[in-house]
Amino acid sequence: MSAAPSIGAPTNAIIRRRRRELVVGAVLLVVLAVLPLPIDNVYLRGLMILMLLYAGLSQGWNILGGYCGQISLGHAVYFGIGAYTSAMLFTKLGIPPTLGMFAGGALAGLAALLVGWPCFRLSGHYYAIATLVVGMMVLLLMTNWDFVNAAMGITIPFRAESWVQLQFRIAVLPFHYVMLAYAAIAWLIAWIVEGSRWGFVWRAVKDDVAAARSLAVRVFPSKMAAAAISGCITGVGGAIYTQYVGFIDPDSGFGLPLSVLIALPAVVGGVGTLWGPFLGAAVLIPVQQLTVAWLGSAGNGIDLMIYGALIMALALLRPQGLVSLFGVRSQAGGDVAVDEAAGAVGVGEVADNA
Amino acid sequence: MPDRIGPDAIGPAPILPDPILQVRSVSKSFGSVTANVDVTFDVERGEILGLIGPNGAGKSTLFNSIAGAEVPDSGEILLDGQRISGLGPVACTQLGIGRTFQVVRSFNSMTVLENVMVGAFARLTRMRPAMARALEVIEFCGLGGQVDAPAHSLTPSGKRRLEVARALATQPRVLLLDEMLTGLTPSEAQAGMQLVREVRTRGITIIMVEHVMEVLLPLIDRAVVLHLGRKLSEGSPQEMVRNPDVIRAYLGDRYVA
Repeated sequence: MSAAPSIGAPTNAIIRRRRRELVVGAVLLVVLAVLPLPIDNVYLRGLMILMLLYAGLSQGWNILGGYCGQISLGHAVYFGIGAYTSAMLFTKLGIPPTLGMFAGGALAGLAALLVGWPCFRLSGHYYAIATLVVGMMVLLLMTNWDFVNAAMGITIPFRAESWVQLQFRIAVLPFHYVMLAYAAIAWLIAWIVEGSRWGFVWRAVKDDVAAARSLAVRVFPSKMAAAAISGCITGVGGAIYTQYVGFIDPDSGFGLPLSVLIALPAVVGGVGTLWGPFLGAAVLIPVQQLTVAWLGSAGNGIDLMIYGALIMALALLRPQGLVSLFGVRSQAGGDVAVDEAAGAVGVGEVADNA
Repeated sequence: MPDRIGPDAIGPAPILPDPILQVRSVSKSFGSVTANVDVTFDVERGEILGLIGPNGAGKSTLFNSIAGAEVPDSGEILLDGQRISGLGPVACTQLGIGRTFQVVRSFNSMTVLENVMVGAFARLTRMRPAMARALEVIEFCGLGGQVDAPAHSLTPSGKRRLEVARALATQPRVLLLDEMLTGLTPSEAQAGMQLVREVRTRGITIIMVEHVMEVLLPLIDRAVVLHLGRKLSEGSPQEMVRNPDVIRAYLGDRYVA
């Protein structure tokens, strides 16, 4: 805790913390912009690009799963919708991905609302399972939908070396800056949201629904707003990723492993925190890539076992996420299971008193 | 209607003659369990009303109906003449009902200030005004030294104060306190009662639910006693403790003199 609270003065701890975060964010932005310049290794540059992508994707997941507490295991759906929308607009109509990614993001946000409409009537684990099922259903649909090339996927043809088309013949560096911009904007959205009415309302919904309602919080619309923003950020990431890789198919766009990979950085780094997704991505992506590189992905699965063991170790040693190592405020207690238990107790009391 | 009491029994706050809250023939049952049967009473503007009764009397159900968390099966509840029963907790809060919970429901991942700001956001949309209101209410509730403390680190009595602060930040006309004094040490309960009196001087009408009557007697202006879901009696606290029906409900027949 910092200095004694000063009542009524605008220099409250919350405002000081937010200013500090903005400064750290700006410094980090400069560092990440300069960092790849002396590194002339294509592999390392690729690693950084992936880290930034997952930092952004997971920050998007964090809006809904972290701040609002609605654990989604189907975020690949939004990633895939963003990716396919942009890819289809590019290949069929020649619309540049710099525009297509906004269409993809908008459509992904809309999809998140469609998923949320029935699923937000479920709470806790049931919501998570519903999103898992939705993800599997959409994967099946995409694998059999001829209009989008079914299981073959879409290959992005190279048109021209261009920032507008997000295509670069050999250079990797431009994509570093595209991903950096994506991750930075995702971070900035989370920063703005954290200091807005929405941020407070979402955390209230996450901690205790009944108490939130008693303070005039409209729970369902709050969740829907979080879902839309979250889906939109994830969808834009999918569109950028597709231009980077030059290819998208149902498995790489809608697969369950992707849904998990999107959630993991935030979970490992610190759920519902501003820096959690970044820290998580910075640790997880290199470990994941290095285990594959050292041990090979020949199907023996040792790389995945090591990856899994690391996640279990982190979950045991740092249940509040890596951010707690830095003395950053992390969210303690108030998880879904506890809330449900408290809810059950509350119902019991009413019945007892009846 | 049962006997009304004059202004002399009400205490220092100025009161208007009309009731701020009217409970009209409210009944509620859960399956075969009857919680409230035909409960009718008025709450006068600016008073501290005790809603008392032994365990299982239906206090919490009635309380939840007033707060909008339960919908009565029949009857209605009016706030300043406007029907609020059945509108839900969000609308009730917006219309001016604030509440606390019997089992404290702090937002445990948030600080004291952040908890109260959620309440302030019920009427304000921007962060700075919400923060200013929250800080004022926190100070008023005696939590000024713990503004940036995590809510889960507060003592039980601190958490009760936090609930009051959070509800006050929504700017209620009527504040419902659910067993706010139960389980506190005598000195904490004294301080809590002082807080309730100070809330009333802000012009807020207070309804308190307690099952331990002794705690409330020095604090409340009037009591409504519930027993087995029905209103047993209504009147000044002094009348209530002498009322044979009330004594019977609490202690059984052999204690009735």
